[in-house]
Amino acid sequence: MILELFLLLAAGLFSIGLFGALSQQSIVMIMMGIELMIGGIVVGAAAFWHFLAPATGSGQVVVVAALVAMAVEMAIGFAVTTAIFRARQVDMADAAQDLKG
Amino acid sequence: MSAVLFGVLAVLALVAALLVFSVGSMARATFALLASLVCAGGEVVVLGLPYLGLVTVLMMVMEMVVMAVFMVAYMMDPAGLTQMSMVHNKRGSLVISAGVFVALAAGILLVRWPERTGTRPADTTFQLGESLMGGQMLTMITLGFVLLATMVGATVLATRRGRYDRFGDDLDQRPARDPVGGGVGR
Repeated sequence: MILELFLLLAAGLFSIGLFGALSQQSIVMIMMGIELMIGGIVVGAAAFWHFLAPATGSGQVVVVAALVAMAVEMAIGFAVTTAIFRARQVDMADAAQDLKG
Repeated sequence: MSAVLFGVLAVLALVAALLVFSVGSMARATFALLASLVCAGGEVVVLGLPYLGLVTVLMMVMEMVVMAVFMVAYMMDPAGLTQMSMVHNKRGSLVISAGVFVALAAGILLVRWPERTGTRPADTTFQLGESLMGGQMLTMITLGFVLLATMVGATVLATRRGRYDRFGDDLDQRPARDPVGGGVGR
């Protein structure tokens, strides 16, 4: 087990999630992509803690912060989906362009 | 043993992650994502953080069950019975994500990582608790407020009635027009 292998796994998860977040039309599927990206960050932060600085708890705190980001993303994402669906009966990002500049 | 476990979990996590965006059924996509994130949690356990790994797994199981319910509720084709494409700019997304992976991999392999400093404690969960309640207390307080704001924000976004529905156009309608009675003083 070496640090580079764990970081490559994290980069793989992040990149696959990025592909989903950029390419999917459904808001729920976009959220799945973001979940995968944060999953990669969790693995990367845990690997940094294990291989570089296990004596301090900072790496573990980064993992906790990433998990909180996951929970916040899910909760607000579903609330936004509910609000848009209630207003216009759509769940597709292409049909909700209110924030488009 | 842990090296073998790492390899198996890593392959499973990546294959399941790829399946999320390639299967036709939304329910299958949800459970593929669950499998991928459970394997990611397993990797965290392999790294010597059993508490955080278990929290990740438990949280993902609940999140994916909620996600499956939302998919069935909102999406036009949750079972994937009708063949249709729900992607846009697939080639551009593929190029960007492949470019990001190549850049990350180059950084990972080319950077000279520092040597490990210090040794890991016997009880890693105790170390986390000590950090969150000691040196990283401000981080913990911030995360707590973020979660509270999320609860309030999610409720406000998801509820049907807004403040103007309850208090009128000038916000001076008292008592508020609520569908059912109750609350303090009413």
